[in-house]
Amino acid sequence: MIERKLTREQQIVVEVADYIGRNYIAPHAIEWDEKEYYDPAPIKAMAQADLFGLLIPKEYGGLGFGSTETALAMETISKYCPGVATTFAAGCLGALPLLIGGTKAQKEKYLPLIAQGKALCAFALTEPQAGSDAAAIKTTAKKDGDHYVLNGIKTWITNGGIADIYVIIALTDPKKGPRGASAFIVHKNDPGFVPGRKEKKMGLRASVTSELLLMDCRIPKDRLIGREGMGFILAVKALDLARPGVAAQAIGLAQGAMEVSIRHSKRRIQFGQPVYNFQAVSHTFAEMAARIEAARSLLYDVTSMIDSGTKNISGASAMVKFYATDMAMWVSERAVQMMGGLGYSRDSLAQKYMRDAKCLQIYEGTNEIQKNVLSRELAKLYQSEEGQT
Amino acid sequence: MRIMCCLKPVPKPGSVKVDPETHTLKREESELVLNPYDRYALEAAVELAEKTNGKVVAVSMAPPNAKDILLEAFAFGADELVLLSDRAFAGADTLATSYTLACAAKKLGPFDLIVCGKVSVDGETAQVGPELAAWLGLPSVTWVKDIKPLNDSLELIRTREFGEEKIKAKPPLVITIEHEANVPRPPSIKRLLKQDEVEVKILSAGDIGAKEEYLGLNGSPTQVIDTFAPEYHGKREIISGPPEEVSERLLSILKERGLI
Ligand SMILES: Cc1cc2nc3c(=O)[nH]c(=O)nc-3n(C[C@H](O)[C@H](O)[C@H](O)COP(=O)(O)OP(=O)(O)OC[C@H]3O[C@@H](n4cnc5c(N)ncnc54)[C@H](O)[C@@H]3O)c2cc1C
Ligand SMILES: Cc1cc2nc3c(=O)[nH]c(=O)nc-3n(C[C@H](O)[C@H](O)[C@H](O)COP(=O)(O)OP(=O)(O)OC[C@H]3O[C@@H](n4cnc5c(N)ncnc54)[C@H](O)[C@@H]3O)c2cc1C
Repeated sequence: MIERKLTREQQIVVEVADYIGRNYIAPHAIEWDEKEYYDPAPIKAMAQADLFGLLIPKEYGGLGFGSTETALAMETISKYCPGVATTFAAGCLGALPLLIGGTKAQKEKYLPLIAQGKALCAFALTEPQAGSDAAAIKTTAKKDGDHYVLNGIKTWITNGGIADIYVIIALTDPKKGPRGASAFIVHKNDPGFVPGRKEKKMGLRASVTSELLLMDCRIPKDRLIGREGMGFILAVKALDLARPGVAAQAIGLAQGAMEVSIRHSKRRIQFGQPVYNFQAVSHTFAEMAARIEAARSLLYDVTSMIDSGTKNISGASAMVKFYATDMAMWVSERAVQMMGGLGYSRDSLAQKYMRDAKCLQIYEGTNEIQKNVLSRELAKLYQSEEGQT
Repeated sequence: MRIMCCLKPVPKPGSVKVDPETHTLKREESELVLNPYDRYALEAAVELAEKTNGKVVAVSMAPPNAKDILLEAFAFGADELVLLSDRAFAGADTLATSYTLACAAKKLGPFDLIVCGKVSVDGETAQVGPELAAWLGLPSVTWVKDIKPLNDSLELIRTREFGEEKIKAKPPLVITIEHEANVPRPPSIKRLLKQDEVEVKILSAGDIGAKEEYLGLNGSPTQVIDTFAPEYHGKREIISGPPEEVSERLLSILKERGLI
């Protein structure tokens, strides 16, 4: 409704993502959710369409685009299925530590494969005892000659078992706590790397989330990304860059939920007229549209800030993540309500959007944690004014 | 492998206009889309070119407004685009169409493989592929649903009314691709970004060395009197009785047909 000027490149990204949504995702979204089934077909299509190359520089075979184009693609795919968008998003998140901190040799080896969609990525930080408190990780990486040997358990890893490349955060110096963490590249066929139990989820069921077991997993020492001790810095930077992508998923999801619900409410006749005619219903849609557009404006302001090279993006990235995902939860819940019983039926997309939305408030850092981050940034910003009245 | 892929632009449903005098379609005035079956032909050609490090030359015989269809084919993976466009081509039946495509194949070739769709949604004859092969003196395999490149030949799986057929064939040859033989890819962003720079080569009758008398309405002996879907009457015989009698009868049928 709010018209935004897109460059020709951006229009092409949106058109292609929409083409994939219509042709490869929409006909199957309900079935994948119902069966909790990961289908590689839409991911293959995204690879063929060059969507995995959005963020990869041209010299490594990518498109060399930025956060804005990535968010546009994410938003568009998510409108059709936030679960498929999650597989895509985790693939992008997993590539970020390499992009940020990889050596030239690592970039030359992995980025072209990632750009072509020949290697799907995953990012593994979370452990059973380390969720919001990521610094509590216990997975270790011990140097052994020309190798590192990894031991530990990762949980809730998106693309676990289906990805080809895993970025694993592990402690190289447990005594130093978070400063002793490092990031490693693990291949799916490395010895001692075992995908574990698959989570049974409430939503995002077209995506795979699983446990990863590292049992004396031996990898060559050149799989270390950056230097020892850089693990958390890389993880935090990657997540800061990725969170606007979660906001984009939320906005696409909310848009999809609103559209499904609005179409129904204009057709559904009660008391001799479409239910849309009742002000309680139409005002709900007015409210939805305004909230979606507000979040969208915030998102694309944040991505253009990132694309213009702003260094400290933690506060902005946290802000748009919790704001847009809370919005999506509200919109999708209202979308179900406006559809009545049909909205509650598993044959309708509305309830799927609502279940999917819940997770966006949790993963890549819960919304509570995002508010901690933003409030910390605010405190810094207004530090100088302390004591003034 | 150097592959020619024949793509037919067809009128978008609902936009068809017929010339009241010649009773032929006014193709210049209809909005064109790619014959849906040809998406599978193009995908098969592109996949094979990828596997064999080859190139796909997309060729259409159509009015100038079909240029966009070829640019679309570029986004879907074709490497070179050729539009055969000339007033002299107008009103072609399958014979004249396949002749024109054959002249183009000779001009643009040599090709290891020529890939056509199974059938068009407007003409619906499924004749162009095999006729093209006949003009070029090449073998043809129709209704192909799977292609595997071997050392110096291709292994082709062909669908039949009942079951499938596996054929080994040596290039050069002409094949037509079965409906839903593959999952056609989406357009590639990289290719869409380059669309403005790619050239659609437009060739006339003279350019491809085609003889006037074989072209367009002149070269079209077909007169459409009626159209209908053929019915299949498969001959069937159910043999019953004691095993000895059944096997006797079966044996005599097989002998009769020269199958054993
Ligand atoms: C579908 C899915 C996919 C995921 N994919 C990945 C992945 O690919 N890679 C990966 O590494 N991880 C992944 N995760 C893990 C995810 O990042 C964590 O679930 C998340 O960070 C929260 O951790 P937790 O689940 O342990 O919750 P907890 O940390 O146990 O939190 C429980 C509650 O306490 C609140 N809380 C905790 N600490 C504070 C605090 N200091 N202040 C205020 N409130 C607090 C939380 O907000 C939450 O409401 C995924 C999770 C899900 C559900
Ligand atoms: C009942 C009937 C009515 C007809 N009416 C008209 C008419 O009014 N006006 C008229 O001009 N023609 C008419 N024709 C001719 C016909 O529509 C075609 O123009 C033509 O000869 C191709 O035959 P087809 O469409 O049956 O192709 P098919 O043999 O079904 O097509 C098979 C494949 O051949 C290739 N191919 C076919 N045509 C082309 C092409 N032009 N360029 C590139 N590749 C191609 C494609 O790969 C296609 O998938 C008619 C034919 C019939 C049977």
